[in-house]
Amino acid sequence: MIYRMGAALMSLLGLFVSAYLYLYKIGRIGTLACGSGGCETVQTSPWSRIAGVEVALIGVIGYALLFVLAMLALQPALASRRWPADLLSALAAGGVLFTAYLTWLELFVIHAICRWCVGSAVIIVTVLVLALLARRRAPEPRAT
Amino acid sequence: MAARPGGMKRFYVVLGVVAVIGLGALWYQLSRPATASIPANVTIQPSDTAGFRGYIKGSASAPVEITEYADYQCPFCQTFATLQMPTIEERLIKTGRLRWRYRDFPLQQHQYSRLAAHSAACADEQGKYWDQHQRIYDGQSEWAGSSDAAKLFRRYAGEAGLDLDRYDACMRAGKYAGRIQASYDEGVRVGVTSTPTLLVGGRLYQGRFDSDAITRLVDSLAPRTASAR
Repeated sequence: MIYRMGAALMSLLGLFVSAYLYLYKIGRIGTLACGSGGCETVQTSPWSRIAGVEVALIGVIGYALLFVLAMLALQPALASRRWPADLLSALAAGGVLFTAYLTWLELFVIHAICRWCVGSAVIIVTVLVLALLARRRAPEPRAT
Repeated sequence: MAARPGGMKRFYVVLGVVAVIGLGALWYQLSRPATASIPANVTIQPSDTAGFRGYIKGSASAPVEITEYADYQCPFCQTFATLQMPTIEERLIKTGRLRWRYRDFPLQQHQYSRLAAHSAACADEQGKYWDQHQRIYDGQSEWAGSSDAAKLFRRYAGEAGLDLDRYDACMRAGKYAGRIQASYDEGVRVGVTSTPTLLVGGRLYQGRFDSDAITRLVDSLAPRTASAR
């Protein structure tokens, strides 16, 4: 249970980080607390949108799904089931792959690093590790 | 597998604390005035440079043109703008001998250079470029050390008679970030490495200048006619 709790907490944290970046992107927050200026370079680059959708919004949706799923996985009826942990792991793995692609863009295409994006990367990797640990803890599905 | 009730209770308390802190931080950010910050290294669009090659002062038929690459937060640029430019303007620009072209060259080490350049660009939209330009240079000691230069630029804009709603929208959108970057890139291309740098007839002049040196330079390039003396 502790791993599912950890995954829920980390997902909530990730939700706040991506919400902060999204609010900046839509002009509701004037400046990003970044220090290096790299955040604004990344956030205003053409790669901050994918197929017309803000990357930060994809983050908000992704973390919200992870949070809801982790909270569901904690409910007594599902706490002993393995599939919620499987689903959590799959979604977090997708998030890690997407983050790896964004980090590659930052390093080799945009040539700027956004500290908040690095923070989000650490969070999503932590969620994946916790989800995998939760999966190991859950009993194997019984054959019927 | 199920957590003990005490464990779940503790978890919900921690979750609640994280939620309150996170929502509080977002609320704080949203409630702050949306001061603009102007990004560097933006992708330059063709519309950023179309028909624009700097802010011009003086007659189109003036025989000499000087392009100045300057940074609003650079102290030498400030001295030049406040002490030397008024004389240059009286002696050379208003008499039709010189055309002045101002290009932004915001240095990386200056926190507010781009913001200042953008504030002046937004004033240009309302036909008040040179008023804002001068006011920003005049007030350099006031805003360069402040924690919120955008607020002071906005005050200057109000004093210059700008429509502040339009100004705010322009600043928030970072509308001229590409134009400023294009200006900087042009400076790099022609070999500018410090500010202020003057480009006169294909040659770069760097360092401190005074109005007498500029007058001599203009005299050497376009000698005055007897009637103009």
